[in-house]
Amino acid sequence: MIIYWKLFLSFLITNLLGYGGGPATIPLIKNDVVNRHHWLTSLDFQEAFAMGNSLPGPIATKMAGYIGYKVGGLIGSFVAVFATVIPSLFLMILMMSILYRNRHSIRVKRMTSYVKPIIVVLLGLLTYESFSESILSIGILQVIFIALCTFLLMEKLKIHPAIIVFVALAYGAINL
Amino acid sequence: MKQKDIFVAFFRSSILGYGGGPSTIPLIYKEVVETFKWMKDEEFSDVLAIGNMLPGPINTKLAGYIGYRIGGMIGMINAVLATILPTIILMILLLTTLTSFKDIKWVNGMKESIVPVVGVMLGVLTWQFYKSSKSGLKTPTIMIHLIVGLILIQFLHIHPGIIIACLLLFAVFQPVKTTSSNSKTDKGEAT
Repeated sequence: MIIYWKLFLSFLITNLLGYGGGPATIPLIKNDVVNRHHWLTSLDFQEAFAMGNSLPGPIATKMAGYIGYKVGGLIGSFVAVFATVIPSLFLMILMMSILYRNRHSIRVKRMTSYVKPIIVVLLGLLTYESFSESILSIGILQVIFIALCTFLLMEKLKIHPAIIVFVALAYGAINL
Repeated sequence: MKQKDIFVAFFRSSILGYGGGPSTIPLIYKEVVETFKWMKDEEFSDVLAIGNMLPGPINTKLAGYIGYRIGGMIGMINAVLATILPTIILMILLLTTLTSFKDIKWVNGMKESIVPVVGVMLGVLTWQFYKSSKSGLKTPTIMIHLIVGLILIQFLHIHPGIIIACLLLFAVFQPVKTTSSNSKTDKGEAT
């Protein structure tokens, strides 16, 4: 019983402290899981992280699910994922429903328009990071080629992004 | 029917989202705003802003809230499970059976080839949000916001959550009557 409680607290605290989404919490989780509780060795953790990175989907929940499973079986997995997801989701629903209830007030409408440029900056930075990271790993020619194809398929031919992602994955598996 | 759509939308965007949280944002946008038309641009942008302000993984916050908004409690559970369950199961299965998955060359190739695709999607989304931000603010104001925001986030490394929180507080506490058009007429009357 005590192990589930520890798992819960560990993933609750690391995720609430980890501002900036999944990737930002990884060092915190590592510190807690490896250095404090000794649930995994540093090497185990690295391996799990590498594996998590080569699978799709959010990284924080994959790590929580796997570490929880290692420590406490299926229940452990559930507890760790629950602690990762639910508290921040609850806050999110609370804040959004306050906004939604007052959506016709001028102040709330103003919020929407004030915040939008920051979202533009954030998305712009993510775009920049994707390209710069990618140029370092596969070279500028590949990046230009893939990006151009994506743009044409998505914007001009209006092909569903799922299909484009599949094509890109296949191209990467064969060619890179 | 709606629950099935919720599951499909979040399963698809999560399983195709290589590279963690941020890379799935354009995919979620595509499903929620364009494919199923559950939300308008504005609302999605608000969800993204609040999501960025709060701690914890961004995907599950987006999925959980949007699921909740569309399909209530069941929608929320549905969306979160569709987002996280398939990959957690894969992760546990693969890590407990084989150990050197990460060194397989074609897996790395797949991972690397997807990054520019995500880059283009994020770029397109950035442009869309830029265009739609013009409906609430004037272009020079947006430019100032963009430049100040960029400097604060990229060069001074201030967490975007803090900036968003400040802007939200400002929007709440700024007196309602002094909008830019009003202040102009005030000045005009004074002279």
